[in-house]
Amino acid sequence: MPVTLTEKAASHVQGSLAKRGKGLGLRLGVRTSGCSGMAYKMEFADAINPEDIQFESHGVKVVVDPRSLPYLEGTELDYTREGLNEGFRFRNPNVKDECGCGESFNT
Amino acid sequence: MALFQIAEPGQSAAPHRHRLAVGIDLGTTNSLVATVRSGIPTVLGDEQGRPLMPSIVRYLPGGAVEVGYAAQSRQVEDPKNCLASVKRFMGRGLRDVAYIENSPYDFVDAPGMVQLRTVAGVKSPVEVSAEILKALRRRAELSLAGDLAGAVITVPAYFDDAQRQATKDAARLAGLNVLRLLNEPTAAAVAYGLENASEGLYAVFDLGGGTFDISILRLSRGVFEVLATSGDAALGGDDFDHRVFCWALEEAKLPPLPPRDTRMLQLKSREAKEALALHGEAPLTAKLSSGEFIDLRLTTETFCRITQNLVHKTLGPTRKALRDAGLAVEDIKGVVMVGGATRMPQLQRAVAEFFGRDPLNNLDPDKVVALGAAMQANVLAGNQPEGGDWLLLDVIPLSLGIETMGGLVERIVPRNSTIPTARAQEFTTFKDGQTAMSIHVVQGERELVSDCRSLARFELRGIPPLAAGGARIRVGFQVDADGLLSVSAREQSTGLESSISVKPSYGLGDSDIERMLRDSFEHAREDMHARALREHRVEGERLAGAVRGALAADGGLLAPEERGEIDRLLAALEAALPGDDARAIKRAAEALNRATGSFAARRMDEGVKRALAGRSIANLDL
Ligand SMILES: Nc1ncnc2c1ncn2[C@@H]1O[C@H](COP(=O)(O)OP(=O)(O)OP(=O)(O)O)[C@@H](O)[C@H]1O
Ligand SMILES: [Mg+2]
Repeated sequence: MPVTLTEKAASHVQGSLAKRGKGLGLRLGVRTSGCSGMAYKMEFADAINPEDIQFESHGVKVVVDPRSLPYLEGTELDYTREGLNEGFRFRNPNVKDECGCGESFNT
Repeated sequence: MALFQIAEPGQSAAPHRHRLAVGIDLGTTNSLVATVRSGIPTVLGDEQGRPLMPSIVRYLPGGAVEVGYAAQSRQVEDPKNCLASVKRFMGRGLRDVAYIENSPYDFVDAPGMVQLRTVAGVKSPVEVSAEILKALRRRAELSLAGDLAGAVITVPAYFDDAQRQATKDAARLAGLNVLRLLNEPTAAAVAYGLENASEGLYAVFDLGGGTFDISILRLSRGVFEVLATSGDAALGGDDFDHRVFCWALEEAKLPPLPPRDTRMLQLKSREAKEALALHGEAPLTAKLSSGEFIDLRLTTETFCRITQNLVHKTLGPTRKALRDAGLAVEDIKGVVMVGGATRMPQLQRAVAEFFGRDPLNNLDPDKVVALGAAMQANVLAGNQPEGGDWLLLDVIPLSLGIETMGGLVERIVPRNSTIPTARAQEFTTFKDGQTAMSIHVVQGERELVSDCRSLARFELRGIPPLAAGGARIRVGFQVDADGLLSVSAREQSTGLESSISVKPSYGLGDSDIERMLRDSFEHAREDMHARALREHRVEGERLAGAVRGALAADGGLLAPEERGEIDRLLAALEAALPGDDARAIKRAAEALNRATGSFAARRMDEGVKRALAGRSIANLDL
């Protein structure tokens, strides 16, 4: 299943890329850490590695490394506001449980 | 659920603004590491759940080390290379070390601090302590799954500057960021006070394996104020063992023993001592390397008799601490017992009698120091505890001063001053035209310089030549929150300044520390190997899990021979995972990863097809 962005998320990524003045798209990944096992990584993509898997969503290129893909498959990235905070939110169907703060998770 | 921001490549913030911080009780006999997890202080055990780690390091030929229980179990067999109780040697010269004649070690006298010769070369107590700290750090990083932001390390309140500095250097060698050196009884009081919401005046009586501390504290609404502290940096359970050991030697009429027998008999003596906490009598039996059998019984009565003056020795400092705090025994609301040696019934009785009340034993005396240190680490790392903030006001245990004419000590910071503190005093020249002044910094309560501990010497030069008594030299002492001193001197009329951090007097200069760091880098390879193994295992397990999941879900996309290949590589990886060969795990994982590449691509295509099904091309932003 592909990794997708909502329209709102995509336009925020595009805005950030434009402000930054460089970058090919958005890189998503996971790594081990945190109290529940894994944590998300979300960075600007300045380079694409040959093994990377690429998606395109609302005009934004999303790259994921093959290691992370099994944990991100089907994820939809949204952009929301919560109280005073605004930011991206992962809607990841693979997540079984996450720690209280949601910064790390387990599949 | 958290909201995320886009990071620069490679800069994704680690999850949890909660910084991983630990408290470490670096004990003479046992060491522990604790942390605050979701607001609750907990001791971190080893893989088998054992909370304590014996403070024993074994050096093997070639430089590899074993720490903790592994080293403990080899003590009798390899007494010269299994170093125990090195905390007693921290910042100490050969002449300060008690019962050298009964010690199995090969001591090497070195300026300032004694060293020990092992098969892996001469080791300083700082290096040995660093091995213990490294092992605790590894334990913490494994169980917290992350890098430590910092650690609070406890020291006996009665440690002087050289001993504190040695402890801090050991932490530096172990790659720990020291948030604070915290006095052990203060840490215990924090744990006790926060646990029991206590208010009022308390005494903390801490008799561990090698050191005795007594502190008097006032606890009031989140403020822990140490009023006075005293103790004996060379009095602990080890001394009780030693009395039993000497008694056994006499009783069995033994000649001086070889190191191996010495170590064994010492261990048996300790066992007998500990058994007496529960029984009226304990056997002390051993078979010596000469073939001779020892078969003794230690009764409570004998034990009390031979250790009577050790018990008595704790009361002197206790009286002194009360006197320094300006308090009488009746003012003390409770006496908190800390340290394994407070389990001895005769000690409990002596303390009860002295204070006229039963001591408080409701916290585990082994863990309370580490728990208090963890609470302090949590605050210092910026992870506010849930109960709000609290404040610690600690003191310096021994007076600091400088040498003046006639070898006398001029005290500048009196003992029990609250730290951090800064004090200054003016001195003058005593000769006409004197242009240099030598400043000798000492620590201790005695009047004569020769009876105090020498910390450092430095020179202030270029004083304008004036008549005797004409120059005004201001000597400033700063003691930081770790209890560590730095000294500066300034000539007032010219502004000429000279300052030092009091450090190298115990024999380890910065260059020594650097050398040790370099040495430890050599062993870093082993550490790195352990780390790589762990990382590859995690990666491998993750991959194996993912492949198993993918096979279950989409195995149908594979031709039988592809399936066979993947199954085979998956089995190979699973077989490699429990092993110790990081490279084998990595190779197996890479092979599986390669073999599943096209499978992943096919699954993805399938996924995309499924996701796109029912949508027309026109709707897609491709
Ligand atoms: N049941 C017992 N009876 C008598 N002594 C005991 C008992 N249990 C433990 N001890 C003694 O307690 C001492 C160890 O105490 P602890 O672990 O508190 O010391 P430590 O923290 O390593 O040392 P220190 O605080 O002096 O650096 C040892 O001497 C041990 O023999
Ligand atoms: Mg202790």
